[in-house]
Order: sequence, then C-alpha cells, then structure tokens
Amino acid sequence: MTRLIEAEEGSRQLFMGNEAIARGALEAGMKVAAGYPGTPSSEIIENLAEVSEKAGIYVEWSANEKVAMEVAAAASFAGLRSLCVMKQNGVNVASDFLLHLAGSGTRAGMVLVPCDDPGALSSVNEGESRHFARLVEVPLLEPGDFQEAKDMVKWAFTLSEEIRNLVMVRSVTRLSHASGNVIMGNIAESKNLEAETKNSAFFKHDGFILDQMEGAVISAPVTYKHGQQHEKLKKAIEFFETSPFNTYTGPENPELLVITSSVCSLYTNEALQMLNAKDRVGLLKLGTTWPLPPKLVAKHLKMTDKILIVEEVIPFLEESVKTLAAELGPEIGVKTFFGKRDNTIPSTGELNPDIIASALSGILGIDMEPVPEAYTKRAGELAFLNAPVRDLTFCPGCPHRASFWSIKNALTMDNREGFICGDIGCYSLAMLPSGFSALKTLHSMGSGTGVASGFGKLGQFGLNQPVVSVCGDSTFFHSAMPALVNAVHHRSNLTMIILDNSGTGMTGFQPHPGLNEDALGKDAPAVDIEAVVRAAGANVTVCDPFDLAETRETVLKLLEDNNGVNVLILRQICALSPEKKGKKQFEMSVDENICVGENCGCNRLCTRIFSCPGLTWDREKKVSRIDEVICAGCGVCASICPLQAINKKEVA
Amino acid sequence: MTDVKTLSHDPYNLIITGVGGQGNVLASRVLGNMLSNKGFFVTIGETFGASQRGGSVMSHLRISKDKTCSPQIPRGKAHMVVALEPVETLRVLMEYGNPNVKALCNTRPIHPVGVITGANNYPDTRDLKSWIEELTESAWFIDATDMAVKLGNPIFGNIMMIGALASQNELPIDRKDFEAVILAAMGPEKTKINLMAYDKGMEMAG
Ligand code: SF4
Ligand code: SF4
Repeated sequence: MTRLIEAEEGSRQLFMGNEAIARGALEAGMKVAAGYPGTPSSEIIENLAEVSEKAGIYVEWSANEKVAMEVAAAASFAGLRSLCVMKQNGVNVASDFLLHLAGSGTRAGMVLVPCDDPGALSSVNEGESRHFARLVEVPLLEPGDFQEAKDMVKWAFTLSEEIRNLVMVRSVTRLSHASGNVIMGNIAESKNLEAETKNSAFFKHDGFILDQMEGAVISAPVTYKHGQQHEKLKKAIEFFETSPFNTYTGPENPELLVITSSVCSLYTNEALQMLNAKDRVGLLKLGTTWPLPPKLVAKHLKMTDKILIVEEVIPFLEESVKTLAAELGPEIGVKTFFGKRDNTIPSTGELNPDIIASALSGILGIDMEPVPEAYTKRAGELAFLNAPVRDLTFCPGCPHRASFWSIKNALTMDNREGFICGDIGCYSLAMLPSGFSALKTLHSMGSGTGVASGFGKLGQFGLNQPVVSVCGDSTFFHSAMPALVNAVHHRSNLTMIILDNSGTGMTGFQPHPGLNEDALGKDAPAVDIEAVVRAAGANVTVCDPFDLAETRETVLKLLEDNNGVNVLILRQICALSPEKKGKKQFEMSVDENICVGENCGCNRLCTRIFSCPGLTWDREKKVSRIDEVICAGCGVCASICPLQAINKKEVA
Repeated sequence: MTDVKTLSHDPYNLIITGVGGQGNVLASRVLGNMLSNKGFFVTIGETFGASQRGGSVMSHLRISKDKTCSPQIPRGKAHMVVALEPVETLRVLMEYGNPNVKALCNTRPIHPVGVITGANNYPDTRDLKSWIEELTESAWFIDATDMAVKLGNPIFGNIMMIGALASQNELPIDRKDFEAVILAAMGPEKTKINLMAYDKGMEMAG
C-alpha cells in the first residue's frame, strides 16, 4: 500500500492500527525494521516492506523474534533509528536479549512494538507483554486510538534517544486490526535526508568503556549500568508527567475515577455514554503506563475516593497505581479500588463496552437500558437452535488436512497408541475435531519437537508408544532446529514430520529462510530444510501429502523403525499461497450414481470424517456433492472415496 | 471533500458478517473508505488470523460525524447487518440485534464442518428468511454469490452487497464514492468489472 508513504501531511486517512504504527515509524525517519510474523502484528512489517524501496529503508522477516530484536539493535548501535515488531509471545522468545539490551542501552532511537491478543482471538495463550517493560525496566507507552498509534510510535523514537534506551509501544488486537481516521504528519523530512543517510551507518566502538555512545555496547559493569538505567527511567518519568498522551476528561470532583489505557479507553468512553454518566465519572486515560508519573497520578487520585481501573489481561496498571497509592498514602488518604483483583473487571478474556458498562453500573447504581427482553430471548432461542456452530477448520485444499489424515491413519494402523506433539501454525488446528483431534500436546513455537525429544527418551521407563512431532517450515527455522539437534544427539526415538507448505500460512504467507525470496520480494539464498536435517544426522524422507497412500505407508514404516530420529518432510504448497489461490488444478465432481453415501461401507467417509468444506452432504439425495464455490480443486478427496465416486479432471 | 451529510444515527452501527475467506475485510475496507472520503469518522473493528480459517467473522463499522468510536459495537446496538452468509445473520442478531435493526443477506449458505460431518443441521432457507424477517424491521435477501459466479468470481458477491446496501439509502453513499475507492485501490482495469457487480447489486436489491 503506497498510501502509507504517499499520503500527504495533514491529509486524513482511514488506517488500520498496524498501518498507523508503520506510518509513525516512517515519519520518525526509521531506517531498519525487523520482526517475525504473528497475529495481530504482521501487517506492520508487511506494510513497511512494501514501501521499503521508496522509503529507502531496510526491512526483514527474521528467523525468530530474538534475532529480529538483535538485527534492529545493530542498526541502533550504528546510529540508525530502528523498529522491531512481534506478537505478545514473541517477546518471550526475545526476552533474553531484551534484558541485556535494556542493560547496555541503545544509541539511535529504538522502539519495540509488541502486539498483545487479549481474549486469544488468534493465539493459544493470553500472554502479556507489558510486564516485560517492568521486568527489564524500559519505558512503556500504550496508544489509546489510531491517531495515537501513529503519534506515539513517532515520539517513542525521540524518547528513546533522550534516554538512550529501548522504548516499548504496546498494541492489542483491537487496535492493530481495527481501523480509524488518522491525520498524517510529515514524512518528507526524512526523504530529504536520504542522501545524508546513505553513508550514515557507522559503529563506533573504540571509545571509553563506560561511554555508551562511543565505547563497546555491553551491559557490564552490571551494577553501574543498572544504576544508569534507573537514572534513565527517572528522566522518562519527567517526560511522562507532562505528556499529552495522558488526558483527563470529566468533572472536577467525580464520584468515581476510572484509570485506563489502550483500546480500553475507547470502550470506557462508550460505556460512559451508554450510561449517561459523563458528569459523574472522571476518565484518566494514560498513554505512559510504566513507569507511572507519580505527580500526575497523585493529582487525579486526590479528586475522589473511589477508583476503578480498567485494563485487559493481568492487573498491571492496577498494581502500579496501588503501589503509588500506598506510597502517597499520607498525601492522598485511603482509597477504595475496583478492578481485576476484586473481580469488578473479569480476570480473563478481552473487554468490551458492555462489560465496562456493567462494572460501572454496579458501582454507580445505574440501571442499564437493555434491549427489550422478549427480543433478546427470541433471538437467542432462534440462534441457539438454528445457527450451527462454525468450528475452525483448514482451508479447502489445505495440505495439512491430507497430512493429518494420513498420519492419523498410520497411527491407528500401527495400533500402539502413538501420538502427535503439536506446534504453532495453521496446523495447530489439528487439535480440533476438524483436524481429526490429532494433536495431543500444543505449546509454544518449536516445542512440539522438544517435547517429543523428551518423550522419545522415556523408553527406559517403559514408554513404548510411537512419538511423532509436527512442525511447519517457518517454525522449523524459528525454534525447532535446536530441538531436532537435541533429539539426534541424545538418540531420542521419534518421527519428526515437517509440514512444509512454503511459507508462513497462518499469518498471511510471509517468507522465511527456507525460501528464495525475502520480505522485500528480492532474491535470497534459500536454506534447504532437507540438507539441514541431513547435516544434523537424522534420516530424511520427502513425500507429497496429496499422495495419501504413499504418505500413510511412509509414516507407518517410520513409526516401526524404533531407532533414533526420522524426519519426514511433507511438501505441498499452502492453498492460500499466491501460486495457488484462486486457481483450481482439478475440476471436481461426484458421480451421484456411484456415491451410495450412508449405505455403502464407507459411512460417508468423505464428508463425515475427512470433511473438507469443499464437499457438502446433500441431505435430500443422500449423496455427497462438490460446492464449486468453495472447493479449491486440490483433487485429494478423489482418493478418499473407496468407490471412486469423486472424479477429478485436470483443468487445462 | 464532499459535505458531511446527516446520518440517521450517530454513530451509525453497521456489521458485516460472514465466514472466513469470504472477503469480509475487503467489503468493510471499501465501505469504510467510501464514508471516510466523505469526511465521516469511521472506526472499523475486525480480527484476522485463526478466525479466518472457516470461522464466523465480523466487521464492526461505526460511522460518526465527529468522533472515533470503540471498535466493538455494544450489545443490541446494530442499525444494519450485512450478511455475506445467511445463518451468520442470526448469530449476529442474537448479540447485536434489536427490533429496529435492518438486514441485507446473501442467500448462499456455507456449511460449517459440523453440518458437513452430519453432527449439526443447517436450517432450511425459507425458515431462515422468516426468522430474520421476524427479528428485523426490514430485511432484503439477494442471491449475490450465484450472480457473482456468473460474473466470473464469487468474491464479487461482496461488491454486489455494497451496491445493494447503497440502493437502500440508509447511508449517504453513492456510485461515485464507490468508483473513487475502487479506482484508488485496484486501478482502472479492475474498476469496470467491480462497477458492474455494484450495479448488479443495486438492481437486485430493487
Ligand atoms: S492458510 Fe494454508 S496452511 Fe493455513 S489452513 Fe489455509 S491452506 Fe492450510
Ligand atoms: S478437491 Fe476435494 S479435498 Fe480438494 S478442495 Fe475440493 S472438495 Fe476439498
């Protein structure tokens, strides 16, 4: 989207939160951006990659989040402003470097944007990145709307240079993936700098050891540097005390003060409107949430005795405010707090205006104006009885459906209660019935093979079930490689199946080190997974998962071989990849005369069990049918039907 | 920028619902930009990622003369539901409906896995229509997907729905606004066929 860079100063654009963040970085003259794909953060790097040439910036999808942060840090050390981006649990991956980086400090402005996913809308955890700011002691900003998402990122670079340390700007799904109007700032400035910035990277390293700008960049001597870091935080607090990102709206002496941040400030605003309570409640919206500016908070705490803290995931803001309130006790008196710790706000899941309105109405004793009861009841009934649940499932034509079908069948035939250790990607959906409930463990990136490596060593204690792990191609490079090496070195008995679909499917098909193209669309040397596995010393076989019979037989053979690590690469491109999307390889049809549905021995194998959404069951005719709008034409179901009722015809 | 015309409600709350992969996001983007270009404040709430794999998806559009709104519409506060899949209308009405809500539905069902496997039933189209009519002030049904397949790509169904919505005069948008947005996003070549789809949608909604 060239609008990202071409939109003129002062113009008003409808931007996704992630676009606003990207624009903020461009307006700040950021030169290097790195990240690892993860919902809801991916569009930031994607958008920056698209304009990289025009903007004269370098953008990469790194192998994992830790590497991304290291790449971005190098730019800062060499005098270039840099950005790194990841989803919440990516910060866990990067955290070891993060801790040391916070200790060594940075040079040119460096900003970390983690995007959290309260309610786990597209995650298998409700992780929280804010506490990392406190843990490693760097300033934390949280934008409350789309304009702030842009402006805050831009200012974060300035702050980072003021204190010579990393600054964190935390977004959430409902901001990153939501859209709103944003007034553009100036980008031209950095364009003019282009000539200057061409030769502006230089890493000065021969200065005095304690000189952060000219000496070696290290976190030692530790207590000295740690002390310096605390001085930097004090300086950040000074800025925060007067920051325009902290705002108060409401009466001078409110009955209740709400303290909130992030997208929760939009929800709270809406809730106050719903309850018509704006003249009774004060709203302190904080943009600078760690460390809190004590004078500003004290001033507002003094306004009233009742305080409600509204936030998602852990009671992070609540704890910070309460700590301050305890310290300020003599000055501000005793307060009554409402929030997560007393269950006024639910302790899990994402928030919305209704949840906040109900919390407020409880405290204020206001009745909410409900939808007519009869309507709610009737609509609820009708939907409950007649709107069938829509479970998530693999895309039509997805190679994973075929892969898990064969692996599951092989495990059943093997008949020793073998199991699959799962990993993170689209194939995590195999934990659901639509993925044959195939996964029996599922944790973080790369842990399928790590856990399998442990299971594979339990033979001496009697565990004799076959152990299988699955992992995607992008996940392989991200963090499964160390687990593989560990398993080989310790002669763990397992079958590692690499579901290689040539991209990072779940997050929108970003490239990874195994492909011959980088984030910028330029040629890049591909690191061959097969060669890496072989070099590690494991046996490796490659199969096309669309060949169901061969895949099943291969898996079965590997399960039987109880001798160290066997790797099977199931290679077939993702159905949503640019190469495949919208193109059918086969025109499919079901021969109604051959399909005998419920009556034949198959008991509707194709739809009841395999259940690709491209196939539907015609209840009247009692036959299976292809839905030509949904079918991706992969041809796999033709080999599912035992009677060959499903035909495939190659599309010319 | 054109003058901001009046909205029947401020904010006007519109939900576009469908199934992952149907192009919800495209529809919300086009509509959102049409309104934003007119000077309205538009807030769109949606989610991508896992929900796009065969799940129910929703975009919340909030249109206001002067403010950014919460990206989630409060319960029972929708003014219009545009459904790219009929059964999703029911699901949305349960949470966001009220006696004065309106709905515009594509009639083409997409069967959830549970229906494909036989564990659940998919309601009969006639029943579905009557329930939706019962729960709305007015409802329109159009065979957008079927017509779009005739035009060459089911994804045009979304554009038809936008055309159909515009024809109801519920929102201050017209064909020119649509053309401008499509032209900017897709270039002149693709604009023609999209305009055709838009016109078809207007025509079908009558
Ligand atoms: S995006 Fe690709 S990998 Fe993911 S479910 Fe769809 S086809 Fe499968
Ligand atoms: S060919 Fe069969 S398995 Fe492949 S997408 Fe179509 S219905 Fe699904």
